[in-house]
Amino acid sequence: MTVVLFTFYAFAVSTLLGGLMTVISRNPVHSVLWLILSFLSAAGLFVLLGAEFVAMLLMIVYVGAVAVLFLFVVMMLDVDFAELKAEMSKYMPLALLIGVIILMQLALALGVWGFSDGYQGRILAPVGTATNTAALGMLIYDKYLILFQLAGLILLVAMIGAIVLTLRHRVDIKRQSPVAQMMRDPALAMELKDVKPGQGL
Amino acid sequence: MMSADLTIVLPEILLALYAMLALLGAVYTGKDDTASLLTWLTGGVFVLLAIWIGTTGGDRVTAFDGMFIADGFARFAKVTILLSAAAVLVMSQGYMERRGLLRFEYPILVALAVVGMMVMVSAGDLMALYMGLELQSLALYVVASLRRDSVKSTEAGLKYFILGALSSGLLLYGASLTYGFAGTTLFSGIIAATQGGVSLGLLFGLVFLISGFAFKVSAAPFHMWTPDVYEGSPTPVTAFFATAPKVAAMGLFARVVFDAFGGVVGEWQQIVAFLSVVSMFLGAIAAIGQTNIKRLMAYSSIAHMGFALMGLAAGSAFGVQAMLIYLAIYVTMNIGTFAFIMAMEKDGRPVVEIKALSLYSKREPLRALAMLVLLFSLAGVPPMVGFFGKFYVLRAAYDANLGWLAVAGVIASVIGAFYYLRIVYYMYFGAETEALDGRMSPVLWTALMGSAAIMVFGVVNLFGIEPLAAAAAATLVH
Repeated sequence: MTVVLFTFYAFAVSTLLGGLMTVISRNPVHSVLWLILSFLSAAGLFVLLGAEFVAMLLMIVYVGAVAVLFLFVVMMLDVDFAELKAEMSKYMPLALLIGVIILMQLALALGVWGFSDGYQGRILAPVGTATNTAALGMLIYDKYLILFQLAGLILLVAMIGAIVLTLRHRVDIKRQSPVAQMMRDPALAMELKDVKPGQGL
Repeated sequence: MMSADLTIVLPEILLALYAMLALLGAVYTGKDDTASLLTWLTGGVFVLLAIWIGTTGGDRVTAFDGMFIADGFARFAKVTILLSAAAVLVMSQGYMERRGLLRFEYPILVALAVVGMMVMVSAGDLMALYMGLELQSLALYVVASLRRDSVKSTEAGLKYFILGALSSGLLLYGASLTYGFAGTTLFSGIIAATQGGVSLGLLFGLVFLISGFAFKVSAAPFHMWTPDVYEGSPTPVTAFFATAPKVAAMGLFARVVFDAFGGVVGEWQQIVAFLSVVSMFLGAIAAIGQTNIKRLMAYSSIAHMGFALMGLAAGSAFGVQAMLIYLAIYVTMNIGTFAFIMAMEKDGRPVVEIKALSLYSKREPLRALAMLVLLFSLAGVPPMVGFFGKFYVLRAAYDANLGWLAVAGVIASVIGAFYYLRIVYYMYFGAETEALDGRMSPVLWTALMGSAAIMVFGVVNLFGIEPLAAAAAATLVH
């Protein structure tokens, strides 16, 4: 067994194990940790495929941001998972039925997957011999510039939305004013009194 | 090459730049004190852009390798979107200001939503389509829950968001199946790929895509979010939902089925006809039990989208023309109707109960008369312009050998007339109740009277919209 093959099986098994344990763990925090393991193993698989950029994305975006966000949600929100599960088990038979039907339909559709005539001509040609990251850069910042900018606008809307819906300006608290602090003049702010011994002010 | 592309998308770029500059300007100056000014300014920018887009531009041009299409169809849709958004924005200023809802982000979010809508109707690629759709939807989710202290408004935003995310999932799944079949996301490539017929997998993709669009145009059976979102959102936001986004979503729908799947009309015609007939009947029947006028307008919009889809289902250039005429008329009627609803108040609080309109004609004869005209028009009663909208789509369906659909449309329209006429009944013959005392601001009054006047005087030649819509439809269907 070569090293590559061994690594592949190791990552594949830990991806599946992580996914399985995510679903069946009783403690939600453990679930998130198993999910992180699953993401990390999937990143390893991508490296084996030669897609190092996707592997980096998986680490940075999914492990770094999404999984940590999940952890926060799980730990900070008071969600009663036992109750949620009880609620879910009520609809489970129906959900399973619908799931199986959709699965069968998709198997019908995808089982006989046909490509259109001449689809090879329509697929984008590979970008020279550049590395993945460089090739993606060529696509995103050149060919798909408009999509990239629109994605930026979408993120801007998300940011404005988050601020509009959550920011509350409280007027009953004291705020720091750096300018006022810097402009403070000792001559105006305090007064020196000559206190005679034995006398008060 | 790049500068030529940028010239074609210049209106969108300018509007996006305006939104960002307005955001910076408002943040660094008076914040919410600038909101009124910004609202009017944004409305003015919309109108200027509409005039610019409407008077310039010639043949179909594409930018960014066909990802963005500027043609007559996109122009027609963009002018409708911009003008209706401007009207609703200007109308909402007074209402929102009096209730402390007018925050400076509101006009900016609307402007960004309009950028998304303009991209939607000009999309020439599945990815551009999705970007435009999400830009529009995300801004709409936020404005739906703008009244964040109200449980209903928050619920409306959340419901809209979750169901919108579900519909985006359906749409993306359909897009991925389409891409898997065609090998490209460009519409021009998809239409070339479908020349040799469609596979079962592509058909699945097409159905998923159409389901996603049906969510966005609130066509039954994907309409469930509409009544709750319309009821919970602040009334001006509801007015906005009922106008510009509908035009954009229908424009996108037409763009995809003709530009990408125009070679296989038979494959989607049945689906669209089904959506159309279900929407018309559901909108007509479910509205009967409503007592809240905003929920009623939600069901009314579902029924109207059913009629607009009937034009699309015809699958012909005349069908698209009928759809465009129908949408333009629908938007005009809704602007007037919502101007009336926004002025329904008692002791400064908005009233949405239909019963509260009892004997409204005794107190405000002119306003009641204008509303009567609009309701007759919404119902499609012959002398009003609304009738001609219905007439066009029915004829388009009949010409396309969809006689049964046209007959169903007539029946649904007769059922639907009941609830519009019930409002008229309350206004003229209802029982005495506590009176509404809302004063109408000049802007709302102008919108109501203008819209009603168009419904009456438009019967002469529909203000020349017919040849414009025909020219627009001809650029889409070839």
